[in-house]
Amino acid sequence: MFPLGVTSYLLGGIIIGLGVSFVYILTGQHATQSSFFSSTISYFSKIPYFNRKTYLDSREWRLYFAAGVILGALLYTVTISPDGFWRTSIQWWRLLLGGLLVGFGTRLSSGCTSGHGISGLASLSTTSLFAVITFIVVGAITANIMLLLGVTS
Amino acid sequence: MNNRNMVLFIGGIIFGFGLAVGGMSKPEVVLSFLQLKDYGLLVLMGGAAGVSFVAINVVPRFVEKPVLGGEFKPRTRTLSRNTILGAAIFGVGWGLSGQCPGSALSSLGMGNLPVLLGIAAMFLGAYIMGRFFG
Repeated sequence: MFPLGVTSYLLGGIIIGLGVSFVYILTGQHATQSSFFSSTISYFSKIPYFNRKTYLDSREWRLYFAAGVILGALLYTVTISPDGFWRTSIQWWRLLLGGLLVGFGTRLSSGCTSGHGISGLASLSTTSLFAVITFIVVGAITANIMLLLGVTS
Repeated sequence: MNNRNMVLFIGGIIFGFGLAVGGMSKPEVVLSFLQLKDYGLLVLMGGAAGVSFVAINVVPRFVEKPVLGGEFKPRTRTLSRNTILGAAIFGVGWGLSGQCPGSALSSLGMGNLPVLLGIAAMFLGAYIMGRFFG
C-alpha cells in the first residue's frame, strides 16, 4: 500500500492545506491551479471565453500564485530535499500528449486535482466528488493500460 | 505588489513546497499511485482537503469576512456533462504522463526542465478548449 511510508504524503498534504487556508482566510480566494492557463491566455487572446470577468479579475494573482508554486518547490529542492535537482525520465511524447489532454480536460471540467480534489472536496461539493472519482478511475485505467503495453519510462 | 498578490505569492510558495515534500513534483510518484502501487497520493489529497475543510467551513463561523475584504464562499460548481467528460479527458492525460497543473509547475521548481513541454501543451489544450468549446 505505502512502499515509501505515509509521513511525507501526510506532511505534504497538510502543508498544501495550510497554503490553501492561508489564502482563503486572508482573501476569500480559492487557491486552485488550472484556471491559471485560461486566465493567462486572456492577456493574449480576444476570444470571449478567456475574457470572462472571472479570468480578468483573477489573472494577476494567478500569475503570482503560479510563480509562488514554482519557487516553493525550488526552495524545497535547495534546502531539505534528499535528491536535489531532478529530471523526469518520462518520454517527451507522453509529457506533450498528456499535457494537451490535461489542459483541455481540466478546463472543460472547471477544475483539476487542486480545484476539484482539494478546494472542491473541502467545500463538500458533490460535483467535485464526481469529478475526482472520474479522473482517478480513468487515470488508473490509463496508467495500467500503459503498463500492459510495456510503456515505461 | 499589492497585499492580495503578496498573499497569493506566499500561499503559492507554501503550496509548491507542500507538493514537493509530498513527492508530487515527480510524475513518476503520481504514476505509481495510478498504477495502484502506492496509495500515498490519497493520503496527501485527504490531508490537504481536511486542513482546507477547516478554513472553508469552520473559520467563517468565527470570522465574518476575509482579512483583506471580500466574502467567504465555498467552491461549488454545477454538475454537467462537461464536468465528467472533462475529468475523464484529464484522467487520460494524467495516467499517460503523471502530470497535473500544480504538480507540473512545482516540478519546474525542482529543475525538471522537460516538464516545460507539458506545461506548454497544457496552455495549448486550455486554448483549444476555450477557442472551440468555450
